[in-house]
Amino acid sequence: MRTNDSVYSPLTVWLALVVATGITFFAGEFGPAGRWLVIGVLALALFKGSLVALHFMELRHAPAVWKWSVLGWLWAVVLGIVGAYLKGMS
Amino acid sequence: MFRSHTSSSAAVLSLPPALQGDIAVWIFLLAELLAFGVFFLAYAFARARNPELFDAAQAGIDRQSGLVNTLLLVSSSALVAQAVAVVRRAGADAARRAAAALLGAIACGLGFLVVKGHEYAAHFAAGIELSSSTFSMFYLGLTGFHFFHVVLGLVVLVVLWRQTAAGVYRSGDANGLESGAAYWHMVDLVWLVLFPLVYVMH
Repeated sequence: MRTNDSVYSPLTVWLALVVATGITFFAGEFGPAGRWLVIGVLALALFKGSLVALHFMELRHAPAVWKWSVLGWLWAVVLGIVGAYLKGMS
Repeated sequence: MFRSHTSSSAAVLSLPPALQGDIAVWIFLLAELLAFGVFFLAYAFARARNPELFDAAQAGIDRQSGLVNTLLLVSSSALVAQAVAVVRRAGADAARRAAAALLGAIACGLGFLVVKGHEYAAHFAAGIELSSSTFSMFYLGLTGFHFFHVVLGLVVLVVLWRQTAAGVYRSGDANGLESGAAYWHMVDLVWLVLFPLVYVMH
């Protein structure tokens, strides 16, 4: 049985996810299009995805190979998307 | 082997690292993530070849619906995590409270399907289908693939809800609940990349 660390309770993780989602939406609505929007919202996706993987999926307590399989997937996808967008802009 | 988790509270015991849920489910989840990952990169590189077409077509999709659906999915995921935590703490009335959290998660998931269904209805009414453009093929293909995962995830959640309400899961014996929860969080995780990629970036 794992103890439930209160800093990362489902409620606090949820709050962080909601705030990051709000920033993503407003950046899309009112921010400038292009490079900085892409990098900014993907950095937020990385943050949100890591929260879900580490705290909701509880990979923070998992063996490294599982933790890094999921986090590695997230990084690879995000970096791949950034690379593709920058290629399209150049 | 025994490592302390420094992020945990001071009173925490040193526990060996452990995967929560069934290992077979996790192998399946990784395969799912790979499939979505290929889809995401295909979308991004297709857009890189034709940014004007994608930007023009993206202007026709409803970002507010995407926002609402993101909030519904992260809320649903948080409620499932809460249900697991409640079962594990095994306090008074744990089964009933965990089942209530799962019911809330199911309601959020159904809300997602209603919002997405509305979006699809508007697209189809506007004559947009898979073969309309490269964008619509990717947009409908990618979100449709995810949509079916939400449907399957909801079936899993209903099973978990019934089992939890019946008191099947207990602290230290909740493998089925943890495995189903991991699947639902995966569906959420994928959407957290999909939302900026398809709805926001331009």
